[in-house]
Amino acid sequence: MLELRNIVFEVPTGKDGEIKRIIDDLSLTIEDDRFTVITGPNGGGKSTLAKLIMGIEQPTSGQILFNGQDITNMPITERAQLGIGYGFQQPARFKGMKVKKLLDIAAGRKLPMLACNEYLQKVGLCSASYLTREVDKSLSGGEVKRIEIATILARDPKLAIYDEPEAGIDLWSFDRLTETFRDIHEARDGRSIVIISHQERIIQLADEIVLLRNGKVAETGTPADLMPKLGFAAKGIGDCPFTQPTVLHLTEIPTTC
Amino acid sequence: MAVDLSPIDESLLAEIAGLHGMPKGAFNIRKDGELLRRSSSAFIDIETKTDNPGIDIRIKPGTKGETIYIPVIVTQSGLKDVVYNTFYIGEDCDVKIIAGCGIHNDSHEASEHDGIHSFYCGKNSRIQYIEKHYGQGEGTGERILNPVTNVYMEEGSSCEMEMVQLRGVTSTTRDTNAELGKGAKLVLIEKLLTHDKQVAVSNMNVQLNGEDSSVRVISRSVAQDDSVQIFNPLVTGNAACRGHVECDAILMGNAKVKAIPGIEAAHEDAMLVHEAAIGKIAGDQITKLMTLGLTSEEAEQEILEDFLN
Ligand SMILES: Nc1ncnc2c1ncn2[C@@H]1O[C@H](COP(=O)(O)OP(=O)(O)OP(=O)(O)O)[C@@H](O)[C@H]1O
Ligand SMILES: [Mg+2]
Repeated sequence: MLELRNIVFEVPTGKDGEIKRIIDDLSLTIEDDRFTVITGPNGGGKSTLAKLIMGIEQPTSGQILFNGQDITNMPITERAQLGIGYGFQQPARFKGMKVKKLLDIAAGRKLPMLACNEYLQKVGLCSASYLTREVDKSLSGGEVKRIEIATILARDPKLAIYDEPEAGIDLWSFDRLTETFRDIHEARDGRSIVIISHQERIIQLADEIVLLRNGKVAETGTPADLMPKLGFAAKGIGDCPFTQPTVLHLTEIPTTC
Repeated sequence: MAVDLSPIDESLLAEIAGLHGMPKGAFNIRKDGELLRRSSSAFIDIETKTDNPGIDIRIKPGTKGETIYIPVIVTQSGLKDVVYNTFYIGEDCDVKIIAGCGIHNDSHEASEHDGIHSFYCGKNSRIQYIEKHYGQGEGTGERILNPVTNVYMEEGSSCEMEMVQLRGVTSTTRDTNAELGKGAKLVLIEKLLTHDKQVAVSNMNVQLNGEDSSVRVISRSVAQDDSVQIFNPLVTGNAACRGHVECDAILMGNAKVKAIPGIEAAHEDAMLVHEAAIGKIAGDQITKLMTLGLTSEEAEQEILEDFLN
């Protein structure tokens, strides 16, 4: 079980010590065996929340508990070893590192080829030839994204957070991926899945939906509760009001490329 | 000939040539400026040069699937060993050449080995050349390696050269020159890791003279501590040809890397490209590996290892 208690995350904006609050006194509990989908408008703080859970960012205040243990100040590595995993929205690329090697690192052991192929298949990469490819810029955006997801499957953490796994992925792979998530969930073996997503089909799989807006939990509920409201809530945000007065610091915008 | 290999000799040979004991086939092992042991084979003849120190290696036309070892080890300090090794590779050959130099220096005096390697690659022959440079020892004496590699490629020949220097060499200046004939294909791979106050300079001059000739230069390096690296690859296209130069360096500590890739097209159908990138290990790479359970030191190690694979 993961408990977030009154999490605040602020960053300096760079202008005379001003700060920006990105996560605003957020409390949330994620039970074991649950499939949670976090959704909400761009910039609402979803990825930031995931990074706080993984330890990539440190909260300004508040507390994070994992299975009762306070992990608020625990480094990334130790959280990973405790069983927290995070599939990045924008995966890193590595010059010279083979896909096979990355999967081995994720699993923490040398994987047999067969197992690797299975992970690749689960994300719709249906060719063993990917294993010897380098995780560098020669892979397409959708390929690198699916390999990122495969690393979390290989790692098999107790709590897996996938950040927009559907982004940039074709319809066929998306189908395969949805199946994979459903399978993990149906196994109900004490693992929790958190998926950050904007996709209705993924949202519908959830036991619980968390709507995150302006760094706060705006609503929670089952798909049946929330789906009808979501469309409304999403549309009710307003029509892009500019801050008044609109202050543009022209000197801060680079004009050269 | 009885040969006594000390444990140090053995470890150097294993490091630079992957050798454990004497190899099969043709080989020439040089230690402290002298011949330690040599063997020719039915198709490969190795002889001492008459004008300069060094050897001539003649490979008969059509020789296929043979591996030639010519490692050099230096364990004496205060020694400056200069050696000329010339390969005459016949037509239609397919051979692998394993060279390399390992220096063990426990003293305060410098040890230096300058190997001048020349390759005459016959028509349609294929050559794979692997050269590893390595230094070890507790002494303050410098370990210096200044190799010169000259490659002359005839029509349709292809050559892949991998030159690796990971750790231990105080100072190196490497000069690589190549002339390519019609349809010749050259791949130059350079992998370098420097640390402490080491200095490495690599100059390359590739002349694409023949129609349809091509070269790919791939340089990957890691500069740690206070070390300095300078890359100076130049590819000149004198015909309808293709050239690609890629310099990629990871910078750590207070190290400095300078890459000056040059391309010169002297023919309207020459297609030449160069890319150079120097930078720190990307933070997102370390973070990703940490989320997979590695410590930041392990992550860094893993990234460097794969980068230099
Ligand atoms: N280190 C930082 N410094 C300044 N601003 C930040 C920082 N990290 C996040 N932000 C800002 O915080 C807000 C939330 O970002 P976050 O990436 O968490 O959004 P998100 O909900 O994941 O959005 P999306 O749906 O686009 O992925 C954004 O406005 C972003 O610009
Ligand atoms: Mg995001």
